[in-house]
Amino acid sequence: MGLTHTHVISAATTWLVVTVAGAVGVAQAPPRFGFGRPATPQEIAAIDIDVMPDGRGLPAGRGTAAEGAVIYAVKCAQCHGKTGKEGPNDILVGREPRIGFPFAQNPKLPHTIGNYWPYATTVFDYVRRAMPPTAPGSLTDDEVYALTAFLLNANELIPANAVMDRTTLAGVAMPARQYFVPESRPTPRKPRP
Amino acid sequence: MKVTRRDLLAGAAGAVVLGQTTRAQTQTPVDPTKVRGKPTSAMGQRARAEKVQRLVRGNISSTPHQDLMGIITPSDLHFERHHGGVPEIDPANYSLLIHGLVDRPMVFSLADLKRFPSVSRIHFLECSGNLGRVAGPETTPGLLAGLTSTSEWSGVPLATLLKEVGVQPKGTWLLAEGSDAAVLTRSVPMAKALDDALIAYGQNGEAIRPEQGYPARLFLPGWEGNASVKWLRRIEVSDAPFMTREETSKYTEPFADGTARMFSFQMDARSLITYPAFPNTLERGWVEIKGIAWTGAGRIRRVEVSTNGGATWAAAQLQEPVLSMAHTRFRHLWNWTGGEAVIMSRAVDETGYVQPTRAELLKLRGPGTAIYHMNPITGWVVQATGRVIYKEEAWG
Repeated sequence: MGLTHTHVISAATTWLVVTVAGAVGVAQAPPRFGFGRPATPQEIAAIDIDVMPDGRGLPAGRGTAAEGAVIYAVKCAQCHGKTGKEGPNDILVGREPRIGFPFAQNPKLPHTIGNYWPYATTVFDYVRRAMPPTAPGSLTDDEVYALTAFLLNANELIPANAVMDRTTLAGVAMPARQYFVPESRPTPRKPRP
Repeated sequence: MKVTRRDLLAGAAGAVVLGQTTRAQTQTPVDPTKVRGKPTSAMGQRARAEKVQRLVRGNISSTPHQDLMGIITPSDLHFERHHGGVPEIDPANYSLLIHGLVDRPMVFSLADLKRFPSVSRIHFLECSGNLGRVAGPETTPGLLAGLTSTSEWSGVPLATLLKEVGVQPKGTWLLAEGSDAAVLTRSVPMAKALDDALIAYGQNGEAIRPEQGYPARLFLPGWEGNASVKWLRRIEVSDAPFMTREETSKYTEPFADGTARMFSFQMDARSLITYPAFPNTLERGWVEIKGIAWTGAGRIRRVEVSTNGGATWAAAQLQEPVLSMAHTRFRHLWNWTGGEAVIMSRAVDETGYVQPTRAELLKLRGPGTAIYHMNPITGWVVQATGRVIYKEEAWG
């Protein structure tokens, strides 16, 4: 293909811009600046507390609903109620209405672990990082497994004798999972150039 | 009549000039040209008569839009929402860890973050749940929609830091974690992180306020505020979202079709008339209707105002510059000749999205979902007496 008049002009313009920019010395960013320092495996492990839905990140340890009930009564019941249904803070227990997912229709329906939470691993992750508010981050991993087992059992999601640990927790099926859908609003979601 | 100390001081202020500077500083003089003013000071203060404050409700405080002008929210009036209180962090001990699916896990001190090339951008931040749910007639603009504020944010693009650590090809999401008592976490798509995300350490020309994430926070322009994790201590790059409590049991929206939407990050276009509104009282004659509009999709293209309850609409004037993902000030001249009137505004953004009515939102979303991402057209009733009240609308 031969060069058209337009091609010649645009090529010349590009050359001109580059030259002018070069003349005033616009600095180019390096591939890396070298600021900061390498993180050690120990300091990563010290704060890498997140847990993923497939169980990645779950620590060693174990717990049962019976063990969790004792801890719950002492450290949780004052805010969430004796059985997890009374409040005054978030209501944690309850499978109702059991059929469908009518939260949009009913503003009074509490969003419990049993009827709304889509992943069991989230219970462990959240309790370990943030509960109880009077002493966040104070529970041992065994205590968090036990509390998780207690809450899942109270929501009729696992049997009373089930042991929750790094292999069993991610396998707990959550009824609400099927109702969650990712962002579906129409595009474009970004400003046009 | 009992003579108070105040009466004595007020009476003395006009007569006594010399040697009374201490007294003049504590009482407003009758004639400021007859009293030497205050000396210079290391820290400025608002005028004594200005009593502007955030509206505090539990662990939320709202920006008093009815008291503000222009588009920049004074930093001490920026709204607050936190889940474990405002932590006190020593900037000398602050560090940000970036690890996970990266070639070089790194730790950055605050000084390190400030060495990188910086940017400053003016953006709004808005809580996903920014609609006063139970709002009687005596609802102010700040109570109705005070969980949005605009600041100039300064910091380092997150893309710069991610380039520094070397994101691996499988790194499609990242976890942002705060160092507050909630150790709050949110998952963020890598595309946003590489596009316009900031690690912000500056707000309106100075260090970011403790309530806004001192000494450094994540800032995701146009996205729901909860995802812009404050007091940021850690970023972990991963191949999937983490499904944290704040993106599953909270900050998800049930829909009338029996589903719940998650990762609905972007805030849609909204407008709010900030004057006249409750608790103003109007006098007949010309009124400049004022307000703000904003959208997470980019720029506001147009704001329309109705002074007859939505029967007809007129284009409002937009204050330049209209910035992307920032509050935009609008104004509309109106001659109020008396009689009851309902004034409303609606925003249209550059994608053509039109701010919906409450009825349209509720039809799609249902009354049980009316917490997050609610951006309905709202109105104010100008009563025949000139008193202005919030136009109440039923939920469902």
